[in-house]
Amino acid sequence: MPTFDLAVTPLRDLNQALHDVASGDNDLQFDVINPRGHHAVAAGVHAPVSIDIHGSVGYYCGGMNEEAVITVHGSAGPGVAENMMSGRITIKGDASQYAGATGCGGLLVIEGNASSRCGISMKGIDIVVRGNIGHMSAFMAQAGNLVVLGDAGDALGDSLYEARIFVRGKVESLGADCIEKEMRAEHIELLSALLKEAGITDVRPEEFSRYGSSRKLYNFNVDNADAY
Amino acid sequence: MCGIVGLFLKDKSLEPELGAMLSSMLVTMTDRGPDSAGIAIYGASSGNSAKITIQSARPKKDFSGLEAELMKELGAGVSIDIKSTHAVVTLPKDMLEEGRAAIADLRPDIRIMSSGDAIEIYKETGLPKDVVSRFAVNAMAGTHGIGHTRMATESAVTTLGAHPFSTGSDQCLVHNGSLSNHNNLRRELKREGMMFETENDTEVAAAYLTAEMAKGKNLGEALEGAVDDLDGFFTFVVGTKSGFGVVRDAIACKPAVMAETDRYVAFGSEYRALVSLPGIEAARIWEPEPATVYFWER
Repeated sequence: MPTFDLAVTPLRDLNQALHDVASGDNDLQFDVINPRGHHAVAAGVHAPVSIDIHGSVGYYCGGMNEEAVITVHGSAGPGVAENMMSGRITIKGDASQYAGATGCGGLLVIEGNASSRCGISMKGIDIVVRGNIGHMSAFMAQAGNLVVLGDAGDALGDSLYEARIFVRGKVESLGADCIEKEMRAEHIELLSALLKEAGITDVRPEEFSRYGSSRKLYNFNVDNADAY
Repeated sequence: MCGIVGLFLKDKSLEPELGAMLSSMLVTMTDRGPDSAGIAIYGASSGNSAKITIQSARPKKDFSGLEAELMKELGAGVSIDIKSTHAVVTLPKDMLEEGRAAIADLRPDIRIMSSGDAIEIYKETGLPKDVVSRFAVNAMAGTHGIGHTRMATESAVTTLGAHPFSTGSDQCLVHNGSLSNHNNLRRELKREGMMFETENDTEVAAAYLTAEMAKGKNLGEALEGAVDDLDGFFTFVVGTKSGFGVVRDAIACKPAVMAETDRYVAFGSEYRALVSLPGIEAARIWEPEPATVYFWER
C-alpha cells in the first residue's frame, strides 16, 4: 500500500505513480498525506485504484478521473472532479466552486457544502451534495443528476438542458428556463438508487423536489430574447 | 489571477510573529502573481506619534538629509527609518498632514505609500520572496495585515501599480479581479475631491471606500455600498486602524477562503496560503458568500 507524503514527495511523483498503474497490478490502494492544498492531486487517473487523501486539496483534485475511487478526508478547492469520466470521488468536507464541472460520468459525493457553479455544464456525471450548493449551479447542465440534500443558491439550473436536479431544501431562485417538475415514480426510483449509492440512508426521496428544463430556449425564438 | 492574503490577530501573543506569518502566506501565493508584491502591516499605534511610509526610486538621493530638513520645516521631532526603497517617517500625530505636504514639497519625486497611526506599506515589483526579504517583513510585529501578489491585467507593472492601495489614513485595500466602471467612478470621486496617483482600477476601489467612510460610514457599511456601486469582478480584503474586512462581488468567481480560530482570522486566495497557520486543522474554514460583507474589529 504505497503512501505518498506530499510534504516531502513532489506531487508529480504521486501523479506519475498513479498514471503508471497497469492492468494486472495488485498494489491498488494509495494513501496521500499532507496534501496541504496542492493543486491537481490525483488528476488524470485511469485505473481502478483506491486513493485516500488525508487533508485538504486545492484546485482540480481528481480531474478527468476514470475508474478510480478517490476519497478526500478534508475539503476540496475549485474544480474538484472536473470532467470526471467514471469512478467515484468523495469529499468528506466542503467543495469550492464548480465541483464536478463538465463531468461525463461517475459519482461525486460531497458530504459538506458545495460552492457556486456546482455541476456547471455537467454531461452525465451524478453529483450528490449533503449540504448546500451555491449560486449558478447546474448552469447549462446537459446530462446526469444533481442531488442536493440542503438548499440551493440563486439561478439554479440556468439554461439547463437534460440534466435532472433534485433539491430537498429551499431554492433561492431558478435560472432561465429551469422549472419545478413533477416527481413521478421513475424519479423516486432513480433518486433512491442515487442516495443508496452515495451511502445516504437518513432521508427519503419523497422529501425532494425535482427541477428540469422547460425546453423553451432550445431553439432560438425572438420572443424569448429577454430570457437568454 | 493575483493572490491575496490577510491576517487579523485576536491573540496578542501572536503579534510578534505577524510579519513572519503574513510573509509565508504571501510567498505561497507567488504563482498567482509574480509581477509585484506588497504588504500592509498595522503595528501598535504609539500614542502621540504617527507614521508616513514613503518610497523612492532613488532612495540614496531622496532620503539623504530628509530627516533634518523635515525637522526644520515642521519645527518638531521627526525620525526616519530607511528600509531599502522605502522609509518610515515618524512624526507628531497632529502634524501628519503638514508632514505629507512638507515631504511633497521637499522631495517631489517621493511617493507616499501610506500614512496614519499604525499602518506601514511596503510594495515593489518583483517576486514576493524578494520583496518581503528586501523589507525584512519577517521580523515585523503587528496586530493585522494584508498582502498581495500581483498578476498585472488592467494597468502597468510598476511600484505604484502594486497593491495594497492606501487612499486614507490607516486605510488600505488589496484586490483580486478587475473593475469595469473604474474610469467613471474615478471621475466622480475626483469631483468629490479624492486624489489619484495611478490609472489602476484598484486605487479607485480604495478611494471609493475612503470617500464613503469620510461620509461617516464604518468600514462594514462602506463595503456594503461597494457591492452595489462597483462593477466587475472583485474579492477585496481591506484594513483600517482597528478593522479587517472581506467582500466579494455577486458573481464571486475570484477565489477566497477564510479561516477563523480563537487566535486569528485569516484570508487566502487559496487554502494553500493558510496551511502553515497555527491550529489550522481545527479552524473553522469557509468560503465567503457572494455580495456579503465580513468584517472584524478589535
